[in-house]
Amino acid sequence: MSIDIDTARRVAHLARIRVQEEDLPALAGELSGILTFMEQLNEVDVDGVEPMTGVTPMRLKRREDVVTDGNMQDKILKNAPDAREGFFAVPKVVE
Amino acid sequence: MLDLTFDTPKPKRITGAKHDWELVIGMEIHAQVSSNAKLFSGASTAFGAEPNSNVSFVDAAMPGMLPVINDFCVEQAVRTGLGLKAAINLTSAFDRKNYFYPDLPQGYQISQLYHPIVGEGEVLVEMGPGVARLVRIERIHLEQDAGKSIHDMDPTMSFVDFNRTGVALMEIVSRPDIRGPEEAAAYVGKLRQILRYLGTCDGNMQNGNLRADVNVSVCLPGAYEKYQETQDFGHLGTRCEIKNMNSMRFIQQAIDYEARRQIAILEDGGKIDQETRLYDPDKGETRSMRSKEEAHDYRYFPCPDLLPLEIEQGWVDDIAAAMPELPDAKKARFMADFGLTDYDASVLTAELDSARFFEKVAEGRDGKMAANWVINELFGRLKKEGHEITDSPVSAAQLGGIVDLIQKGDISGKIAKDLFEIVYTEGGDPAKIVEDRGMKQVTDTGAIEAAVDEVIAANPAQVEKAKANPKLAGWFTGQVLKATGGKANPKVVTELVAQKLGL
Repeated sequence: MSIDIDTARRVAHLARIRVQEEDLPALAGELSGILTFMEQLNEVDVDGVEPMTGVTPMRLKRREDVVTDGNMQDKILKNAPDAREGFFAVPKVVE
Repeated sequence: MLDLTFDTPKPKRITGAKHDWELVIGMEIHAQVSSNAKLFSGASTAFGAEPNSNVSFVDAAMPGMLPVINDFCVEQAVRTGLGLKAAINLTSAFDRKNYFYPDLPQGYQISQLYHPIVGEGEVLVEMGPGVARLVRIERIHLEQDAGKSIHDMDPTMSFVDFNRTGVALMEIVSRPDIRGPEEAAAYVGKLRQILRYLGTCDGNMQNGNLRADVNVSVCLPGAYEKYQETQDFGHLGTRCEIKNMNSMRFIQQAIDYEARRQIAILEDGGKIDQETRLYDPDKGETRSMRSKEEAHDYRYFPCPDLLPLEIEQGWVDDIAAAMPELPDAKKARFMADFGLTDYDASVLTAELDSARFFEKVAEGRDGKMAANWVINELFGRLKKEGHEITDSPVSAAQLGGIVDLIQKGDISGKIAKDLFEIVYTEGGDPAKIVEDRGMKQVTDTGAIEAAVDEVIAANPAQVEKAKANPKLAGWFTGQVLKATGGKANPKVVTELVAQKLGL
């Protein structure tokens, strides 16, 4: 499968990564290369093989339902370009 | 065994300019899991806190933070699944649903697309006595809620609060088995009732703790039956999804509007675009959410931060063993054990607190009389004053005391209402109030006889009339009851009046 320039532009937009128009052909080429490599893996017969979800024999760690975090509005907002009255302030987004 | 035989309701039909049309509706309900902490962090889920105070670095998606799942949220999802008679998947997994929006700091929502924790179940939705729709549940999955944007605090900026970010949601997905706006509202109501019985979601729609996405399509009569036979969606029309509604009334209005909009397009020779729409309650119409269209490419993939969620059958069995009695079973039991009507049993089981209250009143007493007092007197009075059953000034023991006094014949029904009023406003032990205030019903024939004699002696003209027309004897009964302050047993009075007048 190959990625054309339009698809590369769209994927970049969805991920909110700014890519200059002149860089798109090279990017599309690289993405196509990655997919081609992935397609090679499809040649391996994996019938009856469970997908591997981790490299260590671990189980998902679970937490108790106890409040242990939060109450640090100042720290949460510290990196915000704009914050007002305890809220993040962003350019207006209305449906 | 629970008797759940019922008739299926007729689907809603809308008459278009050219044909009759039928509605096909499927719903996705987002129910906030009742828990102390969030799904993947230790921040609080409390509603109404200062903005951005119930936020951890995990919720704010700071670099390097990792999610750790809340065990209790998993338990709640399993409990909900069992409550909907659904299959529980011992292995499930989390996926990332990627989209960009200011209230989603991670840039993705952790959800369960490919392997949800709960599989197929069902909800029985009553539409009237003996009429119900069985709605199939396709799946329930666990996912994170997003934050909240406020658009009206500044003319050019939106304000974002992450307190709700990462709170656990259960997305409950139905099959397209709902056939009209009323059924849709009843389905949400029934689901809400079950969730509240289970204690897995408080069902508070106003706070957004229960929200519905509604998929609506229309088809010609007969097409839906073909879909049910084959499960082939090709027989159904193209659907539109109306997002994020948190009011039963708006859900009904939105479905009705949307169905008529689609019918108008189809009858005009047009075609329906599958799209996401928003209901505007002020204008009473749905409109397209164009900005959401590009966001529909969610690029799902397994969440690399989380191993699969594996639970033990024994743990599921423990949860199953501790399940409360659910609405359908409770209603059936109330009808069987207390001889209640379908309607009374529905009213009493609508809320768990009401059902518990009633059971305390009815225990060892006449169930129908207890139901009558709880529904007509107590609920009526509470509703008038905007109180909930949980802050009723009259306790179940007090109301039971009043019922006891009626059953023993100590007080008449009329006096009982006065007594209820006293207990409601002043409190106290009903039996003692009756004793202290001399409210006891007079069943002593001698005393009643004297009162009857007195009334007869004082009204000779009425006596002549009554002898000519026995129907007028009721007037004497009324006078005697009035003279005795309602304490005389009406049955005894009626008998004595008839006897004395020689009727």
